[in-house]
Amino acid sequence: MPVDLALSDDQQAVAELAATFFARESTIERIRAAARLGHDQRLWDALQQTGLVSMSLGEEVGGGGVGLLEAVLVAEQAGHHLAPVPLVEHIVAARLMERHRAALPADELAAVVSGDRIATLAIRPTVDGVARLVPAGAVADHVIVFDPDTGTLTLWSGTPSGRALANVADLPLADRTSAGSTVIELASGQQARAAFAAAVDEWRILTAAALVGLSAAALELGVEYVKRRHQFDVPIGSFQSVKHGLAEFPGRIAGARLLTQRAAWGVDGGVADNPDQTDPSRQAPMALLFAADLAIDVTYRTVHYHGGYGVMEEEDAQLYYRRAKGWPLLLASPDRELEHLASVVLGPKGGS
Amino acid sequence: MDFASSPETVAFRREVGEVLGEYLTDELWARVKQTGTLHDWNLHRAIADRGWLAAALPESLGGQGRDAEALSALFGELEQAGAPYDGVANSMTLAYILGQIGSDFHRQTVQSALLSGEATIALGYSEPESGSDVAAAATRARRDGDGWVINGQKVFTSVAEEARWVFLLTRTNPDVPKHRGLTFFIVPLDDPGVEIQAVHTLNGKRTNITFYDDVRVGDEWRVGEIDGGWNVMMVALSFERGIAGGWGGGLHLYEHAAAHARSGAVDADGRALIESTAYRAQLMRTLINNEVAELLAQRAAWVASSGALPGQEGAECKLFATEAYVAAARGLHDALGPSAVLQNGDADGPGAAVIEQAYRGAPLATTLGGTSEIQKNLISERGLGLPRPGRVG
Repeated sequence: MPVDLALSDDQQAVAELAATFFARESTIERIRAAARLGHDQRLWDALQQTGLVSMSLGEEVGGGGVGLLEAVLVAEQAGHHLAPVPLVEHIVAARLMERHRAALPADELAAVVSGDRIATLAIRPTVDGVARLVPAGAVADHVIVFDPDTGTLTLWSGTPSGRALANVADLPLADRTSAGSTVIELASGQQARAAFAAAVDEWRILTAAALVGLSAAALELGVEYVKRRHQFDVPIGSFQSVKHGLAEFPGRIAGARLLTQRAAWGVDGGVADNPDQTDPSRQAPMALLFAADLAIDVTYRTVHYHGGYGVMEEEDAQLYYRRAKGWPLLLASPDRELEHLASVVLGPKGGS
Repeated sequence: MDFASSPETVAFRREVGEVLGEYLTDELWARVKQTGTLHDWNLHRAIADRGWLAAALPESLGGQGRDAEALSALFGELEQAGAPYDGVANSMTLAYILGQIGSDFHRQTVQSALLSGEATIALGYSEPESGSDVAAAATRARRDGDGWVINGQKVFTSVAEEARWVFLLTRTNPDVPKHRGLTFFIVPLDDPGVEIQAVHTLNGKRTNITFYDDVRVGDEWRVGEIDGGWNVMMVALSFERGIAGGWGGGLHLYEHAAAHARSGAVDADGRALIESTAYRAQLMRTLINNEVAELLAQRAAWVASSGALPGQEGAECKLFATEAYVAAARGLHDALGPSAVLQNGDADGPGAAVIEQAYRGAPLATTLGGTSEIQKNLISERGLGLPRPGRVG
């Protein structure tokens, strides 16, 4: 069979379910209301009912038994609708907990599978025992951390503060420590290192998917506005500079979507023409770097084309602009991420 | 969803790679460098001998009936190798057009010679006063008894210096809207009224301006209807769209730039490029964009294979891949540092030469085959539905 880019019927159904749910539930009003904490618990509760939270976990632990590609489809819709729920982090952490379930009490894992308890991953290693700027750190009951000094992957379980560090992207960010938490070691040594790296790659892929969705929504917003807005007696979308300023994005969005989907397909075991095309250590950073660049560009362009309205808080364009910048930066600056990719592809600097 | 190419494509790609490995010799590169000609007869005939010039033709017409994915792989391999393939591309385009709408005369006299590799053909579309506005062609074909007499000029008539014929877009009717008065002819380039003048482009390649001074052809050399040239153009475009080109050049550039650093090459101040943060970062940006360009090309081929015309998909791929190539050529040239300005051939390593030439060749990518601005018009108007200029929305 040649390359086939069509989703299966089941995958199409997942994407449509997620699109319908988030379009209905993740309204601009709820997004704005949730801005300070970055989390809407009622939205999370409703999301649990759809089965989308547990979908990409194994059937033997009560999950839906599908893969990361399905999670990518859902994450794209969550990103499209700026959903104020920690879906990406929770899926990544839950999958990591499932892979180390031998170390966990069964009821604890079950609560995470269902979404009754929120789990997250500290995507950067701890420094002196502190996990800084943890995605969903303000609302997560469980935080998985990697300590580079001890070489251990550990689960901290405790009560989240419910208070987010004020941030540009309205995220439920917080610093976390093990204080007041039960501590369970999940892995050590090379296994811990590899498991952490793989989980961060999954975070990269799902975050890239969310950025693809955000980008698509931002482009739609921009296109719709320039069709509607008249100046000099014509829609500003008829001016060539405006048209051309939007024309680069459909291709970049389609490309980002395919790169992200292929990366997830590879994690799920897909085999393409060349192993490099599905190696997550290469493809995940590529997907995140590309989607981040795209999202920052398209959201800027959309804000800009909204003219003075683009910078008003009461207008929606700036919601996308702020999130596009914050989501990917939580992991690393683009320069560091590029060097991380270079280390994978070319070997580390200072090497043989 | 399946990102793996079919086994047929994988096998074909391997075969093409083997032929390129055999025929892209030092002698070929020296000849290409010296003449700038985008064609090599040994390579061309090797491709023809394997029936690949007929790759796109249905088996019922004597072709190989290969799908869009395989054709995309063929051109991807040619581009990735930096091979001089304009003769191949033109021959395949005409073989396809003549297969669709050619007469028996065309097939016997022209198509068979093209497919055997015995002869090749040039494309005469652009003129000094009409590039993007291709429908404004002014080269005039007037009735002359049963035949036609042609006067005018064409520009960017690549491989005319090696071709037997030119596929010529002419104006047969100046009294109707411009795209309704066009007619295509196949014109022999050895006609005494034809003059070919070399034009050298800044990347060391050669194309031509061709002049047509009372060139006479019989009506049997007309392709398609009188004044129906625009429809013939659409047939030509339908062949190209599933093979959204322009993405293989980035692979060529990346491969050589990466190999250059891995070989231990240093910059003008003796610093190893493999340790240069800027060089590594630029390689990675190029690599990422190459992956995306290839996926967009796969998408265009996938749409074409379903029987649809990938107009948007082809435009999006071409725009992205060629603009990314310009950025990569500039970025790698910058990252190479001061020695990038040297034109030492391979003296500093083939990778440096490739980067140096890529910078000079980059502007051709975003211009030829439909400028970025034309692609953006297509995407914004037909894709995003933004209003044409002057329309009240």
